Amino acid sequence: MDILHALIVLANFIIVPAIAYGSQLALGALGITLVVGVLRFSNFAHGETMAFGTMIVILMTWLFTAIGLSIYPLPTALLALPFGIIGCIAIVLLTDKFVYKFYRKAKSTPVVLVMASLGVTFIMNGLIRFIIGPGDQRFADGARFIIKARDFKTMTGFKEGLAIKVTQSITLVTAIIVVAALFWFLNKTRTGKSMRAYSDNEDLALLSGINPERVVMITWIIVAILATVAGTLYGLDKTFKPFTYFQLLLPMFAAAVVGGLGNPVGAIVGGFIIAFSEISFTYAYKKVFTYLLPADWAPTSLVQLLSTDYKFAVSFSILVLVLLFRPTGLFKGQST
Amino acid sequence: MNYRNISLFGMIFLFLIIVGFSQSWNVAFGLLNLCLLSAIMALGVNIQWGYAGLFSIGTVGFVALGGVAAVVTSMPPVEEAWRTGGPGILTAMLTAIITIIAATQIWKRVSAGIIRNLLMIAVLVGGFFLFRGMLDPAAAIIEKINPAGEGYLGGLGLPVIFSWLVGGLFAAGAAWVIGKISLGLRADYLAIATLGIAEIIIAVIKNEDWLTRGVKNVIGIPRPTAYEVDLQKSETFINNVNWLGMEVIEASSLYVKFSYGILFVIVLAIILWMSEKALNSPWGRMMRAIRDNEEAAEAMGKDVTKRHLQVFILGSAVCGIAGAMMTSLDGLLTPQSYQPLRFTFLIWVMVIVGGSGNNWGAVLGGFLLWFFWIEVEPMGHWILSILTSGMAEGSSLKEHLLDSAAHMRLITMGAILLLTLRFAPKGLIPEK
Repeated sequence: MDILHALIVLANFIIVPAIAYGSQLALGALGITLVVGVLRFSNFAHGETMAFGTMIVILMTWLFTAIGLSIYPLPTALLALPFGIIGCIAIVLLTDKFVYKFYRKAKSTPVVLVMASLGVTFIMNGLIRFIIGPGDQRFADGARFIIKARDFKTMTGFKEGLAIKVTQSITLVTAIIVVAALFWFLNKTRTGKSMRAYSDNEDLALLSGINPERVVMITWIIVAILATVAGTLYGLDKTFKPFTYFQLLLPMFAAAVVGGLGNPVGAIVGGFIIAFSEISFTYAYKKVFTYLLPADWAPTSLVQLLSTDYKFAVSFSILVLVLLFRPTGLFKGQST
Repeated sequence: MNYRNISLFGMIFLFLIIVGFSQSWNVAFGLLNLCLLSAIMALGVNIQWGYAGLFSIGTVGFVALGGVAAVVTSMPPVEEAWRTGGPGILTAMLTAIITIIAATQIWKRVSAGIIRNLLMIAVLVGGFFLFRGMLDPAAAIIEKINPAGEGYLGGLGLPVIFSWLVGGLFAAGAAWVIGKISLGLRADYLAIATLGIAEIIIAVIKNEDWLTRGVKNVIGIPRPTAYEVDLQKSETFINNVNWLGMEVIEASSLYVKFSYGILFVIVLAIILWMSEKALNSPWGRMMRAIRDNEEAAEAMGKDVTKRHLQVFILGSAVCGIAGAMMTSLDGLLTPQSYQPLRFTFLIWVMVIVGGSGNNWGAVLGGFLLWFFWIEVEPMGHWILSILTSGMAEGSSLKEHLLDSAAHMRLITMGAILLLTLRFAPKGLIPEK
């Protein structure tokens, strides 16, 4: 029995990565849930919106590194983030003007809007591949680790290391700041209150003189900010590849649905639920059990519930369970 | 059918004939075969979207299931694998089925509460470990048998034509599960659920080597038609070809493509005939009534969720049939080729452009868009090379633009979808 070492292994391979991944998913799911709440359709282009913002961040990062601008030990991408946000806001407002506005005015059914968002997905995806290419882009520079596994071992004398990457801690800090700002905005400012009122009851909000076009515009701006931040953090932590961002759609939707579509708090909780389950179902527990069990009971196999290729199956199963047993999500969201 | 529609179809055949004369008849027939397959897939999506307004974006998953059906029905069985690993795989599958039945029975019979939830979780978790405990060793044994050529169970060795039906059944089964879960909830949930199931089906095909050889691909799937090599040896064939004044090698591959084409036309005709009959029957009118106003239809006593489930299964089955047909045309199963863009999105654009709710429209869309899909890349390359002709030779921007021509497809298809949705939502051949 060696509980301490087992815990360190768990922390290193599950808890720390899942907190980072969960924050990224939560930010993504927040964007999806806001669109559902205010614009009342599921935006399938959200992954692409993230990728588009991230792409501009990457291009600016390259520019900054070329002219020698850097904020070592932090990654240069943080410096480029505002430009990515501006670019993302621009493209999102343009798509709203040229695509979604028409259907909103025509009071089309949500399905038509979802379909239009699928069209937007492919145009954006094509643009991204056209500009930056379909391949992997690594753009994380600056220091890599806050604590290296080896330093942790020498510092504490444990046999197992605990590594914390710079990108992981940046993810957490940024996510906390962004979410705090968002909730302050939604709960304390006049505009934020009008957004919530519009989301709760459209007709009542219109009667009390809220300008719907303004609410929609502000929602898109917030969505663009959230998407760019989420995309950049994900890209810094892992790597940027257009197709991966499209695939993120499923876990992000699962997170939004688990929390309750249209409910911001739910989206955050959902993001962490999905991240923790995805990582803990696909982690091979051999080492943990080796520490916990007596020597001759040690497992010979990997003790892995699912291979990592099936991580989508995890978010999907959670989604299905929620749809079956609690279609409104854990926190009250919109349903049917 | 009026003159306008006939001329639209005539235009496509004219395109194909132009390709036949300007490039080669082999290319033209290859195009025609894939046009026919696309038309069948478009019919499947049209059944779901056009008849009933169901937004399902998992077509690629159903098509891939059809491909698996082609492998498991028609490939010769690997006897050693069946003998050594077969019992393990079968008991694992049995365990999975029993677990699911037990869990649903608990859900139905035990009264709601914490005990029911705990019992269900216990059964599911226990069942999962049992399942993995039996599947993993069996799969490992099978994958070790001659991994370069086999390493999988093989199939049943039946004629490949049967697999077309089996493909439909596989897809229908998957659709039943998904439909049960997500129909009756808000419309976008079906979209999310089908997107997810498609990803999972493809992940399974890529990773379960004992079933589909995974990324090592299955090659040499039997054909429903003659083989070129045999034709080239056959006396009568050579005599006939000589009499026609053609080259033997070219004629043989043309003959194979032509026989596939005839088979595909037969299947398309049957499905199209059935779809037309269904659409113009009381059932079809009920479907459209449900699509146009669910509340009113429900008030008239129609079971909307049940009808939706029915039509969703039917549409998916058609996609599964087309998937099996495509795999038997290619003669190989390559899991990596199942891209959502190619098999979900493109098919959707076909239906929307052709005219959703109209079977002939879906067929027309299938033909037109496939032709366009093939031609967009060279066209994009051509446009870009004109645009960049003013730039200096070897400039990096020019090279980047020329390399990116392949992505023009995505942009063009997205633009076509958005423009049709906006300006001609009824499509080329509108619903009557």
